Amino acid sequence: MRRYVIKRLAQAVGVLWAAYTVSFLVLDFLPGDPVTAMAGAGMDSGDVDPARLAALRHEYGFDKPILAQYADYLGRAVRGDFGDAVSTGRPVTSTLADALPQTLQLTGAALLLAVLLGGGLAVVATYTSQRWLRQLLLSLPPLGVSVPTFWVGLLLVEVFSFRLHWFPAFGNDGLRGLVLPALTLAIPTGALVAQVLAKSLLTALDQAYVETARAKGAGRWRVHLRHALRNASLPALTVVGLLVGQLIAGSVVVETVFSRDGLGRVTAAAVTVQDIPVVQGVVVFGALIFVATNLLVDLVYPLLDPRIVVASDRRASFV
Amino acid sequence: MTDERENGEDVTTPLLEIRGLSVSYRTRGGTVPAVRGVDLDVLPGQVTAVVGESGSGKSTTAHAVTRLLAANGTIDAGTVRFGRHDLATLSEAELRTVRGARIGLVPQDPTVSLNPVKRIGEQVAEVLRIHGLATRRSAPAEAVAVLDRAGLPDAAVRARQYPHELSGGMRQRALIAIAIAAKPELIIADEPTSALDVTVQRVILDHLQHLTEESGTAILLVTHDLGVAADRAQRLVVMEQGRVVEAGPTRDILADPRHEYTRRLLASAPSLTAARPRTPASAPKANAVPLVEVRHLVKEFRLPRTEDGPQVLRAVDDVSFTLHRGQTLALVGESGSGKSTTARLALRLTDASAGHILFDGTDITTARGARARELRRRAQLIYQNPYASLDPRFSIGEVITEPLRAFKVGDRASRLARARELLDRVALPAATLERRPAELSGGQRQRVAIARALALSPDLVVCDEPVSALDVSVQAQVLDLLAELQADTGVAYLFISHDLAVVRQIAHQVAVMRSGRIVETGPPEDLFTHPRHAYTRELLAAIPGGRAPSPTATVESTTS
Repeated sequence: MRRYVIKRLAQAVGVLWAAYTVSFLVLDFLPGDPVTAMAGAGMDSGDVDPARLAALRHEYGFDKPILAQYADYLGRAVRGDFGDAVSTGRPVTSTLADALPQTLQLTGAALLLAVLLGGGLAVVATYTSQRWLRQLLLSLPPLGVSVPTFWVGLLLVEVFSFRLHWFPAFGNDGLRGLVLPALTLAIPTGALVAQVLAKSLLTALDQAYVETARAKGAGRWRVHLRHALRNASLPALTVVGLLVGQLIAGSVVVETVFSRDGLGRVTAAAVTVQDIPVVQGVVVFGALIFVATNLLVDLVYPLLDPRIVVASDRRASFV
Repeated sequence: MTDERENGEDVTTPLLEIRGLSVSYRTRGGTVPAVRGVDLDVLPGQVTAVVGESGSGKSTTAHAVTRLLAANGTIDAGTVRFGRHDLATLSEAELRTVRGARIGLVPQDPTVSLNPVKRIGEQVAEVLRIHGLATRRSAPAEAVAVLDRAGLPDAAVRARQYPHELSGGMRQRALIAIAIAAKPELIIADEPTSALDVTVQRVILDHLQHLTEESGTAILLVTHDLGVAADRAQRLVVMEQGRVVEAGPTRDILADPRHEYTRRLLASAPSLTAARPRTPASAPKANAVPLVEVRHLVKEFRLPRTEDGPQVLRAVDDVSFTLHRGQTLALVGESGSGKSTTARLALRLTDASAGHILFDGTDITTARGARARELRRRAQLIYQNPYASLDPRFSIGEVITEPLRAFKVGDRASRLARARELLDRVALPAATLERRPAELSGGQRQRVAIARALALSPDLVVCDEPVSALDVSVQAQVLDLLAELQADTGVAYLFISHDLAVVRQIAHQVAVMRSGRIVETGPPEDLFTHPRHAYTRELLAAIPGGRAPSPTATVESTTS
């Protein structure tokens, strides 16, 4: 068990390094550089003193060869220093730390909603004996997956803010402000959870142990929840682990649509001005969350299914 | 035809009385009737066996009793009287008070019939909890008591374990515990032991019988194995294509089968028939090089390490045997005895830990590359499950010619001609070439697999339980075909089976394996008549049908 966790942590370091390197290369391939973008944004006219720009580039190290820049940045990143944001001059880590609580609230609420709504839909759709209701419910997830997030957001704002005035359309104020953005983010996520869970519930309900349960005299609800659901939850759990990454990515769109402060907005702003240190910080942080969630998911598997043994020795042979 | 029963001998009211039962399944191709107008009685405290082949509707009939049909199955007509209820029309809620409490079910495959994520004790306790026979507090202890009654050793320990930690036999005992927990009046046992080893089969059936005799519980036993039915049941119901073709006291039916189908079933039951004529074993010429010679073969598997350091499992332990051309050597044993591993070693599908394998005089123990490939050409394999061993996307023609294509034998036209010839050999029409595996029955598929194995005219064919997934009458046909092909082509078979009765029909030499070792070898006649090793005797005793009166001489036993 301990060996397994250590091995997984070593893998996680590899993933973080890869994420860092790939994002570094991609950002380097983009035309222009942050200094030009910053200078252009900060001043009205196009005449910027070339000497000043060169000085700035030198200050941030953009004039060095690419490999040297990479080594330099990586070396500092390893020590937890992602440098200063080019656009604001504040350290990247504190920029992210300030934005983090808002985004955690949003993604956390969205994840909760996604699991509750998606899971609930899957359970009801597979439980009901009304054919039409089942068909209707099962056709919702594909719809939820396919409509674009920003469109869902705009629709919700139109209906619940502008028409019904139930929830504010934008801003960060309290729980009421959280409802619409979290729902927007939860819809595509929950749809995926629902699709996977409904499919694996139907598979589980076809298994022989379900017949055994029915033969015991168990009612349908008991069979559904006590026997099928737990067996069906593993694939859904895997999906939830993967969706955490999607939630962070989705927060970029949602926070922009609802004008909320948070990691997503910071990312969007940083990308527009090519603020490489910030973008790098976001990428590494996102990868960190993703890796941590999936490690957690893997550690939860054995609790749900006793057949899964977390083992460091994968070569357990067939007999 | 069906009314041979009640010759005035049983006047008791039946516990279960099925009349005119019809069940059909909705499929994409329309409604398929599975059970058509079945009448069936189960008397209190008696064992009634329903026998028939797959597709005969025996299992559907049994499941229809408590309406545990698949989602697309419906009862179209008939009554299922149980006590004062008609189960066919009872409300779902009332039916639930019957299921588990008054009618228990022992399902077919113990390896998949327990919920994998729940502890054994919890699953037994659930029956008691559902029917209000135990409180949350008392249920765990009662579950242990029931498990103990079902014959599970160390019941208290087992109750805390999960299904995957138990062997198939132990799981079936747990399922029996679930079935008997509420002390039902009737137990429906649907092929309760077909997935188990023969020796385990016997112990389980003995125990089930003992339990029910003690408590006066009746059993509706569904089985494809006439031998099992003959041993256990007082009454027999023979089904074919959804209809009951013959029913009555077991002794009478076995002694004097009226219906042609019953006779056919009796004739093909391997356990009830004597050895059929085999290809005469042409005595190997003096000094002839054996086709396969295995010397002191050992195969070890690494197990996950424990506190005591690395563990090894010796799956094959000092095994030696010789197989001559044109002969059949059978490796017999139960699951885990190492018989399949031995065959895989002989085919070089896995590496030996020690020992030597000689194929046609050459040492192939470590053959790789071109030499191993040459061996592939001369040694072929027929798998146990014809449903899984044929690529569903290939046409039958493609399946059969694949070995030819792999070895670049001939051109397209000659390969097709060869496929046609092979199909003819295995008695399938040439039109089969264009069809897909899914369109064929199990027996037809196994014929295709045999044709594929013979495509390259190999010297050796390893048959890994080639008939155990097939119906008995089909089994007999496939065994006959294998024997015939051997007589024609002189191919040698390494025949792996858990079923001594099958082996008796085909093997020239039998090697009995247990825990990786060969405990006894000899011609089947000797083994059957003078078994030397205790384990061989145990295996022989476990063959079902042993207690049945033989179909030919039973007149006197009926009066006893």
